[in-house]
Amino acid sequence: MTLQDNIEKIVTHPHLSPKQKSNYLALEAENSLPYVAVSERLNNAMKQGIICDMFEGHAPFKPRYVLPDYAKYLQQGSEYLELSPAEDFDDALNALTILYFHVPSVTNIPVYLGQLDTLLMPFTQGLDAEAIYRKLKRFWILLDRTLPDAFMHVNIGPTDNIICRTILRIDAELQQIAPNLTFMYDPAVTPDDLLFQATSNICQCGKPHIANYPLHADAFDARGFGIVSCYNALPLAGGANTLVRVNLKEVALNANSIDDFFAQTLPYYSQLAFELIEARSAFLHQQSHFFDSFLVKEQLIDESRFAPMFGIYGMAEAVNILQALLPNAAEITTTNVASKPNTGYGHNPDANELGLRVSAALDNIVKSTLVTYGYNGRALLHSQSGISLDKNVTPGVRIPYGSEPDPISHIQALAKHHQYYTAGISDILTIDETVKANPQAMFQLCKGALSSGFREFSANVANNDLVRVTGYMVKRSDIETFKQCGSRTNTTGLAAEAAINTGIFQRQARVIAHEQAPFIHE
Amino acid sequence: MSKHAVVSQILPFSCVDGPGSRLVIFLQGCNYQCKNCHNPHTISLCDACGDCIDSCPEQALSLIHSQALPLPQMRSQEMSLHGDPIPVNHSPCSSPCSSPSKPHIVWDSTKCSQCDTCLAVCPRQSTPKTSHYTVEQMLEVIYGQRHFINGITLSGGEASLQLPFIIELFSAIKSSEHLSHLSCMLDTNGSLSSTGWHKLLPFLDGAMVDLKAWQQDTHHYITGRDNQPVFTSIELLTQHNKLYEVRLLHIPGITDYEHDVDALVGYLSNLPTETRVKLNAFHHHGVKGIGSTWPQCTQADIARLANQLTQRGVTNIVLPSLYI
Ligand code: SF4
Ligand code: SF4
Repeated sequence: MTLQDNIEKIVTHPHLSPKQKSNYLALEAENSLPYVAVSERLNNAMKQGIICDMFEGHAPFKPRYVLPDYAKYLQQGSEYLELSPAEDFDDALNALTILYFHVPSVTNIPVYLGQLDTLLMPFTQGLDAEAIYRKLKRFWILLDRTLPDAFMHVNIGPTDNIICRTILRIDAELQQIAPNLTFMYDPAVTPDDLLFQATSNICQCGKPHIANYPLHADAFDARGFGIVSCYNALPLAGGANTLVRVNLKEVALNANSIDDFFAQTLPYYSQLAFELIEARSAFLHQQSHFFDSFLVKEQLIDESRFAPMFGIYGMAEAVNILQALLPNAAEITTTNVASKPNTGYGHNPDANELGLRVSAALDNIVKSTLVTYGYNGRALLHSQSGISLDKNVTPGVRIPYGSEPDPISHIQALAKHHQYYTAGISDILTIDETVKANPQAMFQLCKGALSSGFREFSANVANNDLVRVTGYMVKRSDIETFKQCGSRTNTTGLAAEAAINTGIFQRQARVIAHEQAPFIHE
Repeated sequence: MSKHAVVSQILPFSCVDGPGSRLVIFLQGCNYQCKNCHNPHTISLCDACGDCIDSCPEQALSLIHSQALPLPQMRSQEMSLHGDPIPVNHSPCSSPCSSPSKPHIVWDSTKCSQCDTCLAVCPRQSTPKTSHYTVEQMLEVIYGQRHFINGITLSGGEASLQLPFIIELFSAIKSSEHLSHLSCMLDTNGSLSSTGWHKLLPFLDGAMVDLKAWQQDTHHYITGRDNQPVFTSIELLTQHNKLYEVRLLHIPGITDYEHDVDALVGYLSNLPTETRVKLNAFHHHGVKGIGSTWPQCTQADIARLANQLTQRGVTNIVLPSLYI
């Protein structure tokens, strides 16, 4: 299809809003430029679907994810935005709302809205609980209606405070898609009844995710970190310049033995991924002039705190393919893995052990490879949760849809992977809806998951109207009507595409998909 | 020597078998013959006839003749602990279990595809898919799950038929440094005798008891047993503050909860206020024989029954969390 055809298709699309059309048009324009220069071998690997740039565009002119230091901004105001420091609660909310419109990301909507309780607590003097509730509720509605993208992420916790509690209350009440929400849990700081409130919310609306605060905090320096988009843990006042992902399934298909995989294939494709990371980040940092932004000048972000994310997916398929290469593996073929729910990755201890070896090898590769634009000179390993067009390949290190064991075995099968994925990993547990009448069970499951090393606990309750599309939420009812009517939110389109591609609603109360992809729907 | 149990299934995570997150152990074998049973293959014990072996498409079943398999310690002496002395039409496993030279069926769970052909084939309506656990083995399973659960629940079949195993398991949990925080619950049809209950009470945190019908006749028609022992069990548990839940499985037109609602309410309102009155909705899943011709219970049926109970003063009613 020619560029003009594509543009025509976008501008005449019956279900996209003008704003959504503008975004897709911009992507088309960017993609009419030549791709950043890459080697022939890398180009081949990308064509074969082994390495993927997440459709970020041919000429990256903005980082994938930006996490501004909102606390500094509230404290100092902004010369560029002609704002004096915030003096009260209303000032703070107003100032934040303004800055959100100036924080770029791959989706053009900010993926990180800040650690809101820490940010707002200094401005609560003189306000009673009811006033705080009313103000925050209005703010919450504003976010959902003006920045309707479920990748947009608020962080709260681990301390107990009125903002944190009020946000949890409002989030359960409003059942909105946006913003997404992560609650930080620190067993040394967070009281049980606060965690209980958070996990009860999961029973009602699938949010928040519960992040293992001490684990994340140890991985970053004192300036801190944030959880953004779908479980991406990134340095605060920095972010991710790019995300390149490796399809482990395809890598495994190119190996002729397990040894070959570890000695040759995996290192080879990892080096190609690093080549792409270098090429993309060089363009962003050297040619795009993004880092001339006022965000840098006013020290809300720092160029040295941006890291590339080294993403992987298709672990389940890779492990099952590799296991089938074992000499005595007559029985373990991918077909009978499918017919026998209790064999293969996620079930069989040997398969799980092999998966863990792959994660450890990746960790080693990523920690020992220097990059030009990285966090301490390194990329960060990320278990990538899929995009709407993925078929027959399971997100990240997850257990394939429909074959997940019970939630506890699920957690136990994957817990040891979590130590390696500094930039985030998501394993979504599907819990049947009986949990709604027994939130204590969700609470205990969450505690168990975090104590066994989970970085992030995320659960979907079957038959909630709000369902998780990997890292973000959509309304099931919206998906069902999207094809007819279009959607106010950007993410529902992706989710609809994912649901159609995978038939996911026939199996589990969940859809797969991930970040914004520059595709429009037929 | 440690006791053994015949286990039909272990469910690592359940939200509906007592407070919080629970590991549920389903023991094989039941002394009722409920026409509405949702898991009829858990009623009888396998007698190792071998009929299912050839039908298994995955070669997951075989017979062995050694005594390597531990044997469940139930039957004669334990059966006498149950109120109703009438022999049921199965004599659970006495022949294979008491004579080690006789064959046992061995089920390889790693080969099984859960096609359930063996269940369809079995002339006894039993299952070869059971496992034997010693108390130590079961404690190991529980130990591995301890951070994720608030407690364990023994269910069935009728778990109390394997009472010595349960007593030893519960008492081991209560005296273990790592497990004593777990609550120990029993899900029962209420047929256990007072003698049996008194042995268990020191280690029991609570029980969920099925009251399958109000009238003796109805109860007998549905289950093949009288309900007097059930009332006795409920009273005994009440006295000892261990009655967590009474369960009513509603089958419209078959159970008599609505017909005898005044008498039922008179009884239920005298239970401790903490005791939950759990309404369950009958559905056809798994049900064989005449039970599968009975009407299923809809949400509206449950609402009507709940309403009748509430109006007459029953508090603490718990509705089903889903309808099939
Ligand atoms: S359920 Fe398992 S053991 Fe039974 S017939 Fe099927 S494969 Fe064989
Ligand atoms: S399960 Fe049934 S068919 Fe199979 S050996 Fe036991 S009694 Fe016989």
